[in-house]
Amino acid sequence: MRRFAALFNAIDQSTKTTVKVSALADYFAEAPDMDRMWTMALFSGRRPKRAVTTTKLREWAAEEARIPLWLFEESYPIVGDLAETIALVLPPNETSSDESLSHWINALRALASVEEEDQKAAVLQVWAQLGGTERFVFNKLITGGFRMGVSQKLMTRALAKSTGKSEAELAHRLMGNWHPDDTTWEALIEAEDASADASRPYPFYLAYALEDGPEALGAPNDWRAEWKWDGIRGQLILRDGQHFVWSRGEELMTDRFPELARAVDFLPPGTVLDGELLVWHPQTESPASFNALQRRIGRKTVPNKLLTEAPVVLHAYDLLEWDGADMRDKPFAERRALLERACADLPAEAPVRLSPQLDFKTWDDLAEIRAIARDKNAEGLMLKRADSPYLVGRKKGDWWKWKLDPLTIDAVMIYAQAGHGRRANLFTDFTFAVWNGNDLVPFTKAYSGLTDAEFREITKWVRKNTLQRFGPVRQVTPHHVFEIAFEGIQASPRHKSGVALRFPRMSRWRQDKPLQEANTLADLNDMLRIYG
Amino acid sequence: MSPAPVLTFTDRGIYCAAGDFYIDPWRPVDRALITHGHADHARSGHQRYLATNTALPVMQHRLGEITAQGVPYGEMVTIGDAQVSFHPAGHVPGSAQIRVEVAGEIWVVSGDYKTEDDGLSEPFEPQSCHHFITESTFGLPVFRWQPQAQIAREINDWWAACAAAGKTAFLGAYALGKAQRLLTMLNADIGPILTHGAVEATNKVLRAQGIDLPDTVHATAEIDPKAYPGALVLAPPSALGSAWARKFGTQENAFASGWMQLRGVRRRRAGDRGFVISDHADWQGLLNTIKETGAENIYVTHGYTDIFTRYLTENGWNARVVPTEFEGEMLDTEGKE
Repeated sequence: MRRFAALFNAIDQSTKTTVKVSALADYFAEAPDMDRMWTMALFSGRRPKRAVTTTKLREWAAEEARIPLWLFEESYPIVGDLAETIALVLPPNETSSDESLSHWINALRALASVEEEDQKAAVLQVWAQLGGTERFVFNKLITGGFRMGVSQKLMTRALAKSTGKSEAELAHRLMGNWHPDDTTWEALIEAEDASADASRPYPFYLAYALEDGPEALGAPNDWRAEWKWDGIRGQLILRDGQHFVWSRGEELMTDRFPELARAVDFLPPGTVLDGELLVWHPQTESPASFNALQRRIGRKTVPNKLLTEAPVVLHAYDLLEWDGADMRDKPFAERRALLERACADLPAEAPVRLSPQLDFKTWDDLAEIRAIARDKNAEGLMLKRADSPYLVGRKKGDWWKWKLDPLTIDAVMIYAQAGHGRRANLFTDFTFAVWNGNDLVPFTKAYSGLTDAEFREITKWVRKNTLQRFGPVRQVTPHHVFEIAFEGIQASPRHKSGVALRFPRMSRWRQDKPLQEANTLADLNDMLRIYG
Repeated sequence: MSPAPVLTFTDRGIYCAAGDFYIDPWRPVDRALITHGHADHARSGHQRYLATNTALPVMQHRLGEITAQGVPYGEMVTIGDAQVSFHPAGHVPGSAQIRVEVAGEIWVVSGDYKTEDDGLSEPFEPQSCHHFITESTFGLPVFRWQPQAQIAREINDWWAACAAAGKTAFLGAYALGKAQRLLTMLNADIGPILTHGAVEATNKVLRAQGIDLPDTVHATAEIDPKAYPGALVLAPPSALGSAWARKFGTQENAFASGWMQLRGVRRRRAGDRGFVISDHADWQGLLNTIKETGAENIYVTHGYTDIFTRYLTENGWNARVVPTEFEGEMLDTEGKE
């Protein structure tokens, strides 16, 4: 674990990407195969399952530290990280250990199958043997929240640096269903033929947001436009008579969307489509809003009733594989032409639709189309350069999302809570309210959109203006007005205000606006009527 | 009716009626007893100041013309009906706990204190008393300091690595106390030690009163950075990354503070490195001190007062929170002295 802890420190101590990449590349060059495999797994979201509840870990840590549990719980929000709080309160380690990262990962996976008493004994033994960063890393692994400022993209870059293979190839090799238990470094990274796994998806190409208008993109003629759907980005793979559905987060969603099984009846094997999963209204031949899709999200199995009420189809907008061949290097226009041919004769019962292209001559035409996006249940437009290949990850230049301006409302901050990780000890998570007569009705939380300096300023203010504490939450004097931006609004009986917002964030701190001039519940209900 | 307490907590600060004086008051008063020279303890505007002989020079440097009297540690001074003495607090050079005795009842105001001997400040001496007023800046069990020698190794290793890579090592620390403590920990064989003006001004005052500090070069705007390869620059945190700092070419920034114990703060504040070193007592230091005073009544001022007080109460002390206007070295004033 020492080597991995040293890697962790090197990465944690630097904000510079180059330093992180070379530390990782050095690690990949030196570490034993199993450690390399687990490191890749950890940095691509393949964490070992949580074997012990955090409740137990807190109790054991407090007991070992000889402090009451309440004191541990008070310390946790101040530290802002559970694994770190545990590592810090425990007494210093008595001995040390030379065991490897994979040894400790196997040790913690083994905990899942033993009784609580044995779990406790094993965990206490680890804590007595590991100190400093090693103990913290172990706690990170066992609490299941392993994130350390290294994206999969960065990890792939380091891997490319140490193996000499291209980033795009490695990104593809690292997609899909692999696990350190089932494969080897040799098979996953080094072997010539990496296409053995029929379910393996392609890395998604992601667009950047277009901040200003499209004029700077050049001639409209070079570009193609589509609706930017408000659904779940998905990749549908048809190979060897099987089908697989992957989310952008590399989650296999095949069982969640059983409708898509029928795709094999209508499209040939060796086909991979990139598109958007949307709830489809057969009557109106149009996609429903995101609210309808929300009933399907998070459901591992789908009851028949829901399948009828909220049927899902894939709106295909790109063709990544055709007739078993990787099409990603072909220009978009060519891929699109093939896609249109493939989707041309699909009957109504096929779970795949072609996502239409939008006709426009000038950027002004396009701006007019964008203005009606909300009526189409779209959140704006996608712009794709006609001659662009399908790239890996978020790359600037060829794909842009031109979203609608968000909806906004001015609201009063009434509760504050400290953030986690880098934002530990800063008040960053706020609850906002609107007026209903003389009462303030909470309607949303938001925790992004302000600068670090603004968060520091509001933190000082919160400390001085706390009315009441409820555990980590502080009720503050109603005083500050913030403009809250959001992407959508829907009725929600679970919320006191009766509404729920989509992607709420603080777009402006309205220090110019008196408390009384914040918006009202009636304003919110008007928005619900128009946009809900 | 029981007699009035020896010390009371007023909106001007801690007040002793028997001697008609205040301790570290934050509004102008006639007679102020000062624990140490940090800005939120030694404020301007009082008629008369009383502090230790070693604390006075810095106070006079910072506050300008003041009417001040110095006393040696341990010497009993009679003020009205109160017997007053100053005892080492180990926080910074000259820092003191103030012991006040009236009719056999002993109160101790500890100011800011540190229990580890740093080799520079007069080492902390716990005082037996009935009533003890303690800080709780780091009053949580997650704060546990490593011995100074270990932190010195970490800092010197980092500096040597910077020097080897052709980078200037910028170490951010408060100009009074922490900076000089770090100075004594640095291995001058690695390279020259440069100082920001705020640090050098304090160095000058301390050297003039006979405190031995390693050689430093004042990094004025005129000096040629190239003439000091492999240098370490000691500067207040606010000077890191400033135009003044940038002329030293490729650099790494580190920050030395107890808050660096927390990874979130470290990542937010530290630049390249954070070294965990504080001039305040850690959790165990606070608890040990409270036990050693033998006091039954504990008053908790700035820091994690609510949490620390609750813990003391559960463990049998008669503890209460005392509101304060000290800003202290709290998280939201990070970077401020």
